[in-house]
Amino acid sequence: MWGAFLLALVPLLWILWTVVSKGGHLLLDSQWWTNSQKGITARREGGGAIHAIQGTLIQGLTTAVISVPIGVMTAIYLVEYGRGRLAKAVSFMVDILTGVPSIVAGLFIYALWVTTFGFQRVGFAVCLALVLLMVPVVVRSTEEMLKLVPNELREAAYALGVPKWKTIVKVVLPTAFSGIITGVLLGLARVMGETAPLLILGPYSKSIATDLFSGLMPTLPTMINQDRTESLQPAVDRVWAAALTLILLILLLNLAGRVIARLGSVKK
Amino acid sequence: MSSVTGVSIADELPGPDRRHTLGGDGAGTGRLGDRLFGGAAKGAGIFVIGLVSLVGAFLLWQALPAIADDKVNFLTSREWSVDNASNLRFGILELLWTTIAVSTIGMLIAVPVGVAVALFITQYAPTWLSRPAANLVDLLAAVPSIVYGIWGLKTFVPVFDPVQSFLKDTLGWFPLFSDAGISGGSTILMVGIVLAIMVLPIVTALSREVFAQTPVTHTEGALALGATKWEMIRVAVLPFGKAGVISAAMLALGRALGETIAVTIILSTLAAGSDWTWSVFNGGETFASRIANNAGEFDSPAKTGAFIAAGLVLFVLTFVVNAIARIVIERRKAFIE
Repeated sequence: MWGAFLLALVPLLWILWTVVSKGGHLLLDSQWWTNSQKGITARREGGGAIHAIQGTLIQGLTTAVISVPIGVMTAIYLVEYGRGRLAKAVSFMVDILTGVPSIVAGLFIYALWVTTFGFQRVGFAVCLALVLLMVPVVVRSTEEMLKLVPNELREAAYALGVPKWKTIVKVVLPTAFSGIITGVLLGLARVMGETAPLLILGPYSKSIATDLFSGLMPTLPTMINQDRTESLQPAVDRVWAAALTLILLILLLNLAGRVIARLGSVKK
Repeated sequence: MSSVTGVSIADELPGPDRRHTLGGDGAGTGRLGDRLFGGAAKGAGIFVIGLVSLVGAFLLWQALPAIADDKVNFLTSREWSVDNASNLRFGILELLWTTIAVSTIGMLIAVPVGVAVALFITQYAPTWLSRPAANLVDLLAAVPSIVYGIWGLKTFVPVFDPVQSFLKDTLGWFPLFSDAGISGGSTILMVGIVLAIMVLPIVTALSREVFAQTPVTHTEGALALGATKWEMIRVAVLPFGKAGVISAAMLALGRALGETIAVTIILSTLAAGSDWTWSVFNGGETFASRIANNAGEFDSPAKTGAFIAAGLVLFVLTFVVNAIARIVIERRKAFIE
């Protein structure tokens, strides 16, 4: 059993070591964090990833802004209101949504956004595809947290004559707040590392783009994807550096999520 | 960790105080605020149902015309040429085989290792180690799949290619291991191993959760009867966790079937019209990687329709696998309560 555990650690350490040793040196250079790749060819060294970092953050935040209300309200419905067949159906659909492959989510939004409505492939379409992937994560984690809120708190509020919706908003949600934040951060970590929908919906560009509704929006995954077949050393270095940046971003979100969960867990 | 697997064993079990959450209808006051808020919550739930139905309906709607125009049998053909809109010829047989082959290899590795890791964390590890160990394995889920892809292609495959060549040379007489002439080692087998690493945290997380729930009376009873630690695990922990492990494997399978970018990067594509082999040392394309490889060329509706049809089959496949996982979990819940 020790053997199995150590075996499971090998790939983790191996991946981290590969990425850090091959891409780490670029991250120490300050222009990585301040410049874009505008005008830089595979042959040339230099340039940074700020365009891709910005794109990833903007798309991640937009996705979260759309997914969190839907996810939290669905969880509230499942825990506080839902009984009977409708609740069962919602719960089942959330499960199915959890299992939808990200490429299928991308295809669906493509079929809707580009084929049916005739719009361009823009950052916002990517966000819509990512919403499909983030909603189930938010629903499940919020649901679990709401279930941990002791019934005594709800009963006490009802006994004071507080209406049910106010009980939920003022008592239940604040109690579960840190857990919900954790779920949101973990969901965000999942969608920020997604590549498949971006292949279909979010072509790469080398310069800074902040408009979600027009033009191409570069992100870290598409930046990696763009140069992964390059054999020239400067481009190869940048691929690993972008991979390391993406891992760091996601690890940071994961860690933040776990720390918040540890600090503010519902006391029994 | 439900955040890794998206499923909670604790669902529908009573809360920590051994009572179900307060009933929905009894507590509402029927006032405007209550009706609005309750309506919004219900609306969100219905929205989710609508969303999933819409995904299925839309894919079907866009895929059917293309399938109708298909000049060869969609299910049993190996051809894939969609450039000429008046002569669409596409079938999914090869995609289906590659998809199932890589996922099966992934499962064959990930399930035993994942279960062993879960047993280590819940039964063998010293108390101080079990939590950090669980977190470390969860970190594997935090590595983005594109990073698995480039790491797999540029670091992992070159290291294991000699092993692969050795297997090819010694077991080549068996159809499953025959040499298919792929150079560079980017084969189905290698992709399967990388997929195993990617889904390992899913198997581990869920198995860990069910193993930790084994009733203490069972484990202590077994130990009191003179069982060794391993015997105790065999007669008490594993039977109790069996359903959980099966559903964990199904969820991991669902993830492996739909994995896109890592497969796209690592697996060598085959030239159109190459010979059929059963070999795991062959290249190929899965549903997801075929779509991803051609994502830049979605221009005509007929062509896109063919890829959407492939996506639809993938959707149905993962739907079925996930549904089986849920049913197993539901049964187990009924059994516990």
